[in-house]
Amino acid sequence: MTTQLNSSFRGTQDLPKWLSPTLLVSFFLASFGLQVLLASDSDSAEINFIPVAVFGLLSFTLALYVISRVIEGVRKATDRLVTIMVSTAFSLALIPLLSLAYTVVTKGVARFDAEFFTFSMRNVVGEGGGALHAIIGTVEITGIATLISVPIGIMAAIYLVEYGRGTVARLVTFFVDVMTGVPSIVAGLFAYALFVIFFGPGVRMGLGGAIALSLLMIPVVIRATEEMLKIVPNELREAAYALGVPKWLTVLKVVLPTSLAGIATGIMIAIARVIGETAPLLLIAGFTASMNYNPLDERMMTLPVFVYTSYANQGVDMQAYLDRAWAGALTLMLIVMVLNLVARLISKYFSPKG
Amino acid sequence: MSKRIELKSLDVYYKAFLAVEDVSMVIEPKAITAFIGPSGCGKSTLIRTLNRMHEVIPGARVEGQLLMDGEDVYGPDVDPVRVRRQVGMVFQRPNPFPTMSIKDNVLSGYKLNNSRMSKAEAEEITEKALVGANLWNEVKDRLEKPGSGLSGGQQQRLCIARAIAVEPDVILMDEPTSALDPISTAAIEDLAVELKEHFTVVIVTHNMQQASRISDMTAFFNIAGSGLPGKLIEYDKTEKVFSNPTEQQTEDYVSGRFG
Amino acid sequence: MTDTKPKAVRRLGDVVFANLAFFAGVSILATLATVAAFLFAQSVPAFTGPPIDAASEGFFSYVLPFVFGTVYASVIGLAIATPLAIGIALYISHFANRKFAQVLGYAVDLLAAIPSVVYGLWGILVLAPFLSPTFNWLNENLGWIPIFAGQVSATGRTMLTVGIVLAIMVLPIMAALIREIFLQTPRLHEEAALALGATRWEMIKMAVLPFGRPGIISAAMLGLGRALGETMAVAMVLSPAAVVSFAVLTSTNSNTIAANIALQFPEAGGNYTNLLIATGLVLFAITMVVNMIARWVISRRAEFSGAN
Ligand SMILES: Nc1ncnc2c1ncn2[C@@H]1O[C@H](COP(=O)(O)OP(=O)(O)O)[C@@H](O)[C@H]1O
Ligand SMILES: [Mg+2]
Repeated sequence: MTTQLNSSFRGTQDLPKWLSPTLLVSFFLASFGLQVLLASDSDSAEINFIPVAVFGLLSFTLALYVISRVIEGVRKATDRLVTIMVSTAFSLALIPLLSLAYTVVTKGVARFDAEFFTFSMRNVVGEGGGALHAIIGTVEITGIATLISVPIGIMAAIYLVEYGRGTVARLVTFFVDVMTGVPSIVAGLFAYALFVIFFGPGVRMGLGGAIALSLLMIPVVIRATEEMLKIVPNELREAAYALGVPKWLTVLKVVLPTSLAGIATGIMIAIARVIGETAPLLLIAGFTASMNYNPLDERMMTLPVFVYTSYANQGVDMQAYLDRAWAGALTLMLIVMVLNLVARLISKYFSPKG
Repeated sequence: MSKRIELKSLDVYYKAFLAVEDVSMVIEPKAITAFIGPSGCGKSTLIRTLNRMHEVIPGARVEGQLLMDGEDVYGPDVDPVRVRRQVGMVFQRPNPFPTMSIKDNVLSGYKLNNSRMSKAEAEEITEKALVGANLWNEVKDRLEKPGSGLSGGQQQRLCIARAIAVEPDVILMDEPTSALDPISTAAIEDLAVELKEHFTVVIVTHNMQQASRISDMTAFFNIAGSGLPGKLIEYDKTEKVFSNPTEQQTEDYVSGRFG
Repeated sequence: MTDTKPKAVRRLGDVVFANLAFFAGVSILATLATVAAFLFAQSVPAFTGPPIDAASEGFFSYVLPFVFGTVYASVIGLAIATPLAIGIALYISHFANRKFAQVLGYAVDLLAAIPSVVYGLWGILVLAPFLSPTFNWLNENLGWIPIFAGQVSATGRTMLTVGIVLAIMVLPIMAALIREIFLQTPRLHEEAALALGATRWEMIKMAVLPFGRPGIISAAMLGLGRALGETMAVAMVLSPAAVVSFAVLTSTNSNTIAANIALQFPEAGGNYTNLLIATGLVLFAITMVVNMIARWVISRRAEFSGAN
């Protein structure tokens, strides 16, 4: 303790505010210059940005630490060190986000056109064609999954919050957690294993995809609904009971309406989460170049699988396939963003106040 | 319309914990009966047995007899939901339904039970209940607005309107003014006095002036210590309880020596 | 009173509704039991049927490299993601100002909303080529460290790239969880530390990190659970081989179970399908164990904070 006090007395002077940004910029420039020199020296002419950044950052950190330690004392210096580390961690996370957004938008617009949304890939080799069949498939499969998951999820949450006591409820809670962790590919394998019994080996069907997605969606819906039901004040339930309203009507007409906005938000987020699932659909819904409106019959294309197969099964005209893949990725990202946005708006504008 | 309530050696439990022991008393119709006593002595617990709200809590149960105009409220074929329709209840904190308009809040006793009524009927009931709760003039222009937009005192009167709209026989109030400012409190007290014209009114309060101001009968409860059951110490005319109590404990409590 | 207590009056609506809710709840148990049973039933032919070319030396030597690859890729991802997630959580909870922090929180949450197939596409077409020169540099300068040794991949489709992609994918959920825990640090502790004249870092070291430790552990475990099951990003980015290898810069990498299924299943027939399902069962078991440990840590923490 005494040493700490001493050092804090010693370093009473603060560093000027302009110092650290100036240092940062100059060290990055220096590091870049060094790299250029080295690169022109060696035979490989590539400029390598990662070592530039790492070296620049390290030298900047070291310099600032030393200066701060001399002028401000060891405690302030450590504080500055940590601040640099934390800010670096944060910027590092933003880089992929920005890069992803930039790449998807710039590469996706090439084929983000009317044809993309009005044509399937039937009889298309090379350029042209579209993802209509995939969009239809995604809408149908996700729609069916939602129809399955929402009632089961909401009722199960009602069971847990309003009725569940004792061992069974505790088991259900525990296994909902387990279900949250089921890898999506396992959900796909399950749907396959289930459908093989009825339709034989090699079965592919849109409905199977919906089953697989439900498995992933149900726990999300349960958790979201549970959270929302729990924050409905008990006083409202008591008010209804005291008016001679039976429990089931209390739940249906007081508890659910009060938490409706929150539940709707949760469902939107659950849909957004499964709509981008690829692996389970690849296994059980399969892929095709043609339109298929019938989820009970044969292969059904979906948007994420479209993106994957466009990339994985590139034809001779590679660029056409890649462009379609990026356009599909852009479409998918936009759908997910819109769903998230709608979820936010619902919870912002429709939650009961007071 | 107004019923006499008779408690015969009532024991009230939470699981194995005996919260209120051996209460016998008669609550008169067309009168205000106040429950007073230190906190934790079981006032809320007891008042909640009168409309079978107690058993909503898991593991909660009641032993003994409770008669309402001679009918056994805890009889084997009595539906607790029906009991609650005859006994209105007002809680400590105002709790209007946040998703409903003022009007729907008043009608909630009907609407939540899926009973159908004509528009004219609905309007008549709304007006009558709001007038009865001394709230009509303040809200008649904004019946379609949410109930949660009202002030605390108005919300509490809305809750009273909601309770009397279904024309019960008994009104139970558990510390209805403890969350309110003095002006709203006075409004509720006046209202309680008006309500006894038509209903059996039971009010829990730990405000002794309030009990002495508005009630006709007063029941004093006490506990010997934590973990022990609450007991009815003295039950008599309010005047008598406050001016000349029989029990020393009551004397100590009403004179403010503890609690 | 005798024990012949009359049954309470129950209304039809209540009975029906309560039972509906009960069956919905129990259907979760039934579903998971069915999942396990069906996967198990469909795995059996892999052992009883005719030998499979891909697994000529038996199931366990077939699945072992994949188990290794799954765990290895996830551990690399986690090793990168955990410090970053703590840093991000600290930045949002204690360094950025309130308004800014909220926007930043949204930005990080957006990362969680991006479908994994998009990560895959980005990983192979953008990240891998971008990292490739660095891999060369690492190999030239730090090649004496075994994991950086070997023949460097020319495409950047390496274990390290996969680890980085996985790290980015699990980062948002981990950062969000840790952030929540950090924000729950009792204000009193923080203020006490600051009142003693502590710098921000000393306050974090004294009050925030000790309080948040169990939260960090469970967030890491949940992140691990996610990474283990991640399929498409790995399937698209990694250049796989049936080996067990610790080298992270080469083009012969151990594949993961999930990616292997995604790559093989569409073309598989006969009891090769069953073999793949059996590997899926192994993955299911691994993720279950990891998630259960995570939940256990969380629930222990809940008891802790409930007691205070
Ligand atoms: N839901 C409950 N579960 C268990 N015990 C309770 C519950 N509610 C109240 N009690 C206990 O019953 C006793 C009486 O409480 P209460 O009726 O609320 O007292 P009062 O309203 O007079 O303050 C107290 O000891 C209290 O701890
Ligand atoms: Mg009370």
